[in-house]
Amino acid sequence: MNALVFLVPAALVLGLLGLALFLWTLKSRQYDDLDGAASRILFDDIPRKDQSR
Amino acid sequence: MTVAAGLPEGLAPGQAGFSRATCAHCGTALAPGQGEFCCTGCSGAHALVRGLGLDAFYRRQETAAGTLRPPESVSTDFAPHAVPQRDGTMQLELMVSGLTCGACVWLVEQALAAEPDVLKARASLSARRLTIAWRGDAARARDLAGLVARLGFKVAPWSPACLRATEDAEGRALIRALGVAAFGSMNVMLVSVAVWVGSDMEPATRHMMHWLAALIGLPTVLVAGMPFYRSAWDAIRAGRVNMDLAVSIGVIATTLMSLSETLRNGDYTWFDGATSLLALLLAGRVLDRGMRRKARQAVAELLALQEGTVALRLADGTTRGVPAESVRAGDVLLVAAGERLRLDGTAEEAVTLDTSATTGESLPREMAQGEALPAGAVNMGPAFLMTVTAAARDGSLAQLGRLLERAEGARGRFVSIADKAARLYVPVVHVIALATFLGWWLGVGVAWQAALVPAVAALIVTCPCGLAIAVPAVQVAAVGALFRKGVLVASPTALERLATADHAVLDKTGTLTEGRPELIEDETIDPELLREAAAMARASRHPLAQALVRACPEAPALSGVREIPGKGLVRGSLRLGSPAFCGMCDDPGSGMVLVYCVAGEAPVVFRFADRLRGDAGEAVQALQALGLETELLSGDGAGAVEAAAAATGIGPWQARATPADKAHRIESLRADGRHPLMVGDGINDAAALSLAHVSVSPGSGTDLAQAASDVVLRAERLTVLPLAIRVARRAQRLAQQNIAFSLAYNVVAVPLAVLGFVTPLIAAVVMASSSIIVILNALRAGKEVGA
Repeated sequence: MNALVFLVPAALVLGLLGLALFLWTLKSRQYDDLDGAASRILFDDIPRKDQSR
Repeated sequence: MTVAAGLPEGLAPGQAGFSRATCAHCGTALAPGQGEFCCTGCSGAHALVRGLGLDAFYRRQETAAGTLRPPESVSTDFAPHAVPQRDGTMQLELMVSGLTCGACVWLVEQALAAEPDVLKARASLSARRLTIAWRGDAARARDLAGLVARLGFKVAPWSPACLRATEDAEGRALIRALGVAAFGSMNVMLVSVAVWVGSDMEPATRHMMHWLAALIGLPTVLVAGMPFYRSAWDAIRAGRVNMDLAVSIGVIATTLMSLSETLRNGDYTWFDGATSLLALLLAGRVLDRGMRRKARQAVAELLALQEGTVALRLADGTTRGVPAESVRAGDVLLVAAGERLRLDGTAEEAVTLDTSATTGESLPREMAQGEALPAGAVNMGPAFLMTVTAAARDGSLAQLGRLLERAEGARGRFVSIADKAARLYVPVVHVIALATFLGWWLGVGVAWQAALVPAVAALIVTCPCGLAIAVPAVQVAAVGALFRKGVLVASPTALERLATADHAVLDKTGTLTEGRPELIEDETIDPELLREAAAMARASRHPLAQALVRACPEAPALSGVREIPGKGLVRGSLRLGSPAFCGMCDDPGSGMVLVYCVAGEAPVVFRFADRLRGDAGEAVQALQALGLETELLSGDGAGAVEAAAAATGIGPWQARATPADKAHRIESLRADGRHPLMVGDGINDAAALSLAHVSVSPGSGTDLAQAASDVVLRAERLTVLPLAIRVARRAQRLAQQNIAFSLAYNVVAVPLAVLGFVTPLIAAVVMASSSIIVILNALRAGKEVGA
């Protein structure tokens, strides 16, 4: 059962990492506009102002 | 394509639809020979987009034809809505209507970003909310909002009324709880599965596994269960029993029992059951909330567009746009032609008002000098100065609003089917669980910790899960399907009440009818003359002129048209306006008319009326086919009401009904044990709407009526109402089936649990399978929404 000593903590740490990432995405308001995010990825976001200057 | 040939090469619009002769900006169908745009607004918008180098928009846009037609002018002053930020920049929040595709978001953001002083412009597609930040003074708000308006989007200030401030925070708390529960349940399951399959496991190893499960499970149950515990606690304090109470007790009891099993190293712990139950229920709740939020947002969007500022006349004779709330009694306002009065007042002159929203009368009324003008009426004549008699919070609208709040309380007593099931379920299950515990402990004589296991197993396999998800799942499917049809279900119990309605009371003006003047088709009028007149009418905001434009949308705008307020329009020798203005001595009859005359020729009379909606008769018949008795209750005169009743075959009708009459009628129907469905759009309907068993208002209705309604029809058609009732009834049937199914499941599962045969594995299978069946059944609610 030596394997458990490594595997169980490893599984837990990875899981917690996922949870932390999820909480971060929530905090940075990535779920507020799901429809917008879906189409935003297709935009060519030219930084127009810098171009004109 | 003679039009395109006449244009320089570079100007040919890159829109695929152009070959079918549609407006290069908004996509409205064009009449032959009308150039490439339907109106000057679109032409300006197109030039603006091209000037910014953003024409990629036209290749990507997915908006419906005609939605992007720029308004004639933006009357609202947005400067008071700009909020200074701590770092010295200004921020403005706008509600943007017409923002329906990703390309629109792109266009708006890029167009604003091209302004040199704009720091940030971010549009949210789901909330239709635009946030602009810039460096400079508040007055820029007007230009920036105007820029968005010139692109063809309707803008309104984002008001706190759009969405409750706590709404976002509540939603995020729910998603966070779901995330924690999902993480917890998956990781507990990892450990639990090892215990289930590892029958040859050493007791010491198993003990460690139990502690691991407890380590993950306890915080998860504590954090993720919060939304349920809170709701259950509220119910207890109010002396009620709800489904959340059953869930809370089940989860907490399971957790405590598992902890006791962990301490004494029993065969199994049940942390997996408690956490996955939470995860599943939270997922249902997040979906349910998301769907309803979408509907509420759409209602808020409709309301925000109606809000706006009033033109306050200052001492020096100029006017300034201010929010209606800031106006006090005694202030003088300038009411433009076609504007809705937001406050009560009096005028120094005789004015013509369309009071259909306040009284239901379809013909405009002449108000004598000094007569009290009710808020909610629309100015049908020229602009006039109005002295405000009551501030917004003391006015007639506010009084009505307070009346509605009291009526809302009465409706809050409605018990939803899920709560009815909970009232039955909670005591029965808890008595069974207690009896099981006592039976094993005292009767069979096992240790109390061991007796706890079958008792709590009975609690958890009775599956508050299937039962708790039975109704929300159906609601999500049905509300979502209706949303796509343009029916916005705003209240959580609206569907159930809609399903049980058995008597429909309809208002006439604005409900059965369009609620705005429309040209009466007349064979004798030459279409060419209509086109000429409509072209002239484009120059005016007068409601009748606008109706003329609607009747002939392809008419081009003309230059050189002069408006003489209160009389009509002049262009050279052409005149369009009131009969007197055009020199007609003989009165062409009552009602709304416009006369068009060319010098030396016989004048042409255009008559207008508030027309019945095209599908009014069909909708009434569909309601009757659904077994609802229908009746018409209107504040309009007997002639118009009788005609509408006869045309739609609605049955009994009553004319000249005051708001109190309407409310009384609804109350007497309720007293007779009927379940009245009220459909109305006006301020005069609001009291009746809030008293009715269930209430519906069209999207064009007044904000007060919409606020008092459970369901708002965003679609122009009235036939979506019978469709909504059909969907609601189907949803109700499915919800009952789901509850019956969950109960039937328990008839098998509970005896097994009581006798101690159920292991956590069996509980998990029972729970998951019943939930899946309930969800699959619920999905049928959204199907077959044809029509």
